Amino acid sequence: MIEVSHLRKTFRVARRDEGFGNAVKALFHREYEEIHALNDISFSIGEGEMVGYIGPNGAGKSSTIKVLSGVLTPDGGECRVDGRVPWKQRVKHVAQIGVVFGQRSQLWWDVPVVDSFELLRDIYKIPEATYRKNVRDLTELLDLRELLRTPTRQLSLGQRMRCEIAASLLHSPKILFLDEPTIGLDAVSKLAVRDFVKRLNQEHKTTVILTTHDMQDIEALASRVILIGKGKILLDGTLDDIRKGNEQIDETIAHLYKQYDI
Amino acid sequence: MKKYLSFFRLRFVMNLQYRVAALAGVVCQFFWGGMAILAFYAFYQTDPASFPMDFQATASYIWLQQGLLAMLSLIGGTDGQVFEAIQSGNVVYELCRPVSLYAMWFSNNVASRIARALLRFIPVVIVSSCLPAPFGLMAPPDAGTFFLFLLSLALALLVTAAFSLVVYNVTFFTISDRGVRLISTSLSDFLMGGIVPLPFFPEGFRQFAELLPFSCMENVPLRVYSGDLSGAPMVRAILLQVMWLFLLVLIGKALEHKALKRVVVQGG
Repeated sequence: MIEVSHLRKTFRVARRDEGFGNAVKALFHREYEEIHALNDISFSIGEGEMVGYIGPNGAGKSSTIKVLSGVLTPDGGECRVDGRVPWKQRVKHVAQIGVVFGQRSQLWWDVPVVDSFELLRDIYKIPEATYRKNVRDLTELLDLRELLRTPTRQLSLGQRMRCEIAASLLHSPKILFLDEPTIGLDAVSKLAVRDFVKRLNQEHKTTVILTTHDMQDIEALASRVILIGKGKILLDGTLDDIRKGNEQIDETIAHLYKQYDI
Repeated sequence: MKKYLSFFRLRFVMNLQYRVAALAGVVCQFFWGGMAILAFYAFYQTDPASFPMDFQATASYIWLQQGLLAMLSLIGGTDGQVFEAIQSGNVVYELCRPVSLYAMWFSNNVASRIARALLRFIPVVIVSSCLPAPFGLMAPPDAGTFFLFLLSLALALLVTAAFSLVVYNVTFFTISDRGVRLISTSLSDFLMGGIVPLPFFPEGFRQFAELLPFSCMENVPLRVYSGDLSGAPMVRAILLQVMWLFLLVLIGKALEHKALKRVVVQGG
């Protein structure tokens, strides 16, 4: 389903020391530093798999998701998702996937959520019958009934996130990328999101790739874990492979980060 | 096609949410239009012979300009959302849609221009055509002229939208939109005849300004309406509009192609 080999992406970041003098100096001469966000990444994911993609902040998780969803063009390496090269066949590719960026919003701010849904229906050319069925199912599973008629700007974060997830699934994608879907959510909303993703994977065989810092997300959802640090893949296995004894999952991961010095 | 109509519908609905803004806009446009006409009138009275346009045509120009301000000014209204999306990195979501980014932004831009203008155009036209001559909006000389006005207005709308798309795409490279916005709005306001109509420009400079893309924006339709621009010069102006539309779309698309290759999504 997803084949990634030797993926590379480098960013140039302008750096300067603090202070007014240095800010003025940077006007004329700028120092750049190359950041290897992705440094030779390879993995493959099969159909219907649910994979947790973890790593500390700045490890390259989001960059990988952005490459896989056709937004970023990598500097090198190959990647095929369902036979397509995401950045070369962007329009065709994105019609088949769903993406949720937990820190951003895809719903139009000023209008009720259902207006955004209808626009998405037209953008993705979803047949009316499928659209109705999906909205009905998603409304029930994510408990959206009251929310659909509310303008996005008046939703709480948890309510909005549920709507965001629904919005990404209206066109019944075969692959779903979730980039920190539970960030900032309360316990109830987190559980609701996890349950929903689990059912989606079981019932529709949707392939799910999930990045998160919440290890309980991983515990609840992902049978397979890929650990990335400083742009490299450090570990690819199950949660049980990583866990030692009765340690709490957060401690296990912290140890792991220390062990790999990331 | 359907998705572009949906953009339009959503834009229109969004604009309906801001009734007070539309009302305030209309009031402001009446004041501004009135002031401009009085200033031109003072100028006209000192020496009617050196006035380069018919006074009634000038008044109509100003009223139409005020009525269509939301449609024909280069940057404004909802454009902020695009700049914001590029700056904050929210543009990733737009890149996750199975639509060409250019087509999506272009149709959004045109849709929001039309939607915002519709609300404001009607009151300005009704009131200004009730004003006594020569201060009010005159009727176009004949039906043919009115048709040509509509044609050149549509072209002006598309040229203006194509130019804003160029500005959008430049923002991918500069990140901050302030500089590009400032330069392009002040240049376009002046050179498209937003401050004084192009016939008031000094000889030589006027001929130069008439070749620029800005002259293909509000300058052409507003002068076609009153018959100030007619015959061969009008045909030339409309052809120039078509040419600039074509060129600006090409430039915008080329910039976008380049920008997307090296796009860096801001903010993680």
